[in-house]
Amino acid sequence: MNVYGIRAIYKFEMARMWRTLMQSVLSPVISTSLYFVVFGSAIGSRMGDIDGVSYGAFIIPGLIMLSLLMQSISNASFGIYMPKFSGTIYEVLSAPVSFVEVVIGYVGAAATKSTILGLIILLTARLFVDYSIDHPVWMFLFLVLTAITFSLFGFIIGIWADTFEKLQIVPLMIVTPLVFLGGTFYSISMLPPIWQTITLFNPVVYLISGFRWAFYGISDVNVLLCAGMTFLFMVICLVIIAMIFKTGYRLRS
Amino acid sequence: MHPDISVKNLYKTYASGHQALKDINLDIRRGEIFALLGPNGAGKTTLISIICGIVNHTSGTVLADGHNIASDYRAARTKIGLVPQELNTDAFETVWDTVSFSRGLFGKAPNPAHIEKVLKSLSLWDKRDSRIMALSGGMKRRVMIAKALSHEPQILFLDEPTAGVDVELRRDMWELVRRLRENGVTIILTTHYIEEAEEMADRIGVISQGELILVEDKHTLMQQLGKKELRLHLQAPLESVPDSLSDLQLELSDDGTELVYTFDTSEERTGIATLLRRLAEQGVDFKDLRTRESSLEEIFVNLVKAKV
Ligand SMILES: Nc1ncnc2c1ncn2[C@@H]1O[C@H](COP(=O)(O)OP(=O)(O)OP(=O)(O)O)[C@@H](O)[C@H]1O
Ligand SMILES: [Mg+2]
Repeated sequence: MNVYGIRAIYKFEMARMWRTLMQSVLSPVISTSLYFVVFGSAIGSRMGDIDGVSYGAFIIPGLIMLSLLMQSISNASFGIYMPKFSGTIYEVLSAPVSFVEVVIGYVGAAATKSTILGLIILLTARLFVDYSIDHPVWMFLFLVLTAITFSLFGFIIGIWADTFEKLQIVPLMIVTPLVFLGGTFYSISMLPPIWQTITLFNPVVYLISGFRWAFYGISDVNVLLCAGMTFLFMVICLVIIAMIFKTGYRLRS
Repeated sequence: MHPDISVKNLYKTYASGHQALKDINLDIRRGEIFALLGPNGAGKTTLISIICGIVNHTSGTVLADGHNIASDYRAARTKIGLVPQELNTDAFETVWDTVSFSRGLFGKAPNPAHIEKVLKSLSLWDKRDSRIMALSGGMKRRVMIAKALSHEPQILFLDEPTAGVDVELRRDMWELVRRLRENGVTIILTTHYIEEAEEMADRIGVISQGELILVEDKHTLMQQLGKKELRLHLQAPLESVPDSLSDLQLELSDDGTELVYTFDTSEERTGIATLLRRLAEQGVDFKDLRTRESSLEEIFVNLVKAKV
């Protein structure tokens, strides 16, 4: 195992985050705050409790997930896209590092960033609503697992993308709708039965559901299923990345 | 001792269908300086990129210090440092950070003393805390070299290290290459400047259209292929080479004032005595004469021309 190699990549990526601290932390915090103000306070005050949880508190897990997903994907995809774009990727390709080590470095750093960000948003939420966390350890595990999984996903997008547009389009066109339709702002049980079934094909439903269970002990779907689905998605991403490195897809000509 | 780099039956066809390398066979000895010459698009960078792991090869085998670059890539790549042709650098990192990064990436424990030595040897020490984007092109080139040397490679690839570099930096570079060689580092460089190969290399390989058409000791090459010219400055200009002398290797300069005789230095008889005698017979007078050895550049141009 090339531990120094992993450390070099990880440190490089974390340094990049410190340089862009403002946009890395500030913009998700501001946008999440706006959601709390609009949905939590303004509209939420006219909404009834859902499963005994106030509406403002109900949307917290979903909003954290929204930022976590977007940030994980953008951090990781940008992290690997930039060296491809600038040409500095040659060094990683010519170095004695295995794909696992490259992934640990880049994805580890991206997941670290978004986990920290998720916790910051959690603290920010405190300014707007009161909430409790029934299962803090599970909450943290879901946070980390999701951060890693979607950083892996972002890593794949970063390798696949050969233009800046493509880099932006997946988070915008796919992830945002999935999160909004994944039960961030409502409980799945509030939908008509047919939509309930369709919703179950949305992977984000499991993330938000499991995460919300860790907060309030309520869940739309079975918690173990949630953890299992997230894990499954992570494994799929890993397999794709392994294949990318094996074939050199978009990395080695 | 096995060669430092051993390339056998190497082929490369890009996804575009372009065949960039055809059956390359090449051994590079430990500690030598090997210059790879060839026109634009010959396949020099492709060959280097395959050995360094940046480009996949289509078939064939490559060993670096006895390690297969595909199946034992970790051991192989640890030995190799690469300065690519393109100036691809980070922008926001400092010189110190980017060079330290390279060392870590290649699996070496931090060693500030070594980094300091490398930076000083490349006159980068004053710039160690500068951001790379604030450096000039020549300075960036030095940074790329520093990165390649950060992990103390046994084999160093320099892909056109002196392209777009001023005279001073070029001298520095040559000096550095010599010092590295004294420390036993094997160096493979590509260049378009023949004088550079002439000045630096122990052996020279010429690649053209993806084929390695020649690998030779530099001195042997210059002797073997070295042609000499005898130029005779005439008393009176000629219209054309006299018919009676047409059996000789003679050419007339454009203005008709010089007769040029080409001969091979390796031949037993150069034919100069005969030439002079026959000129006298024909009454062609000359007031001056000089001989000139053809340079590696001409050798190279002739080789590549002959190939096409
Ligand atoms: N990624 C690629 N895809 C398709 N063709 C390529 C690729 N890279 C290089 N080639 C082609 O392969 C051939 C060899 O290119 P290469 O860069 O190895 O030449 P070179 O000898 O280094 O030339 P130069 O002196 O200009 O640097 C060229 O015809 C080039 O167009
Ligand atoms: Mg080249």
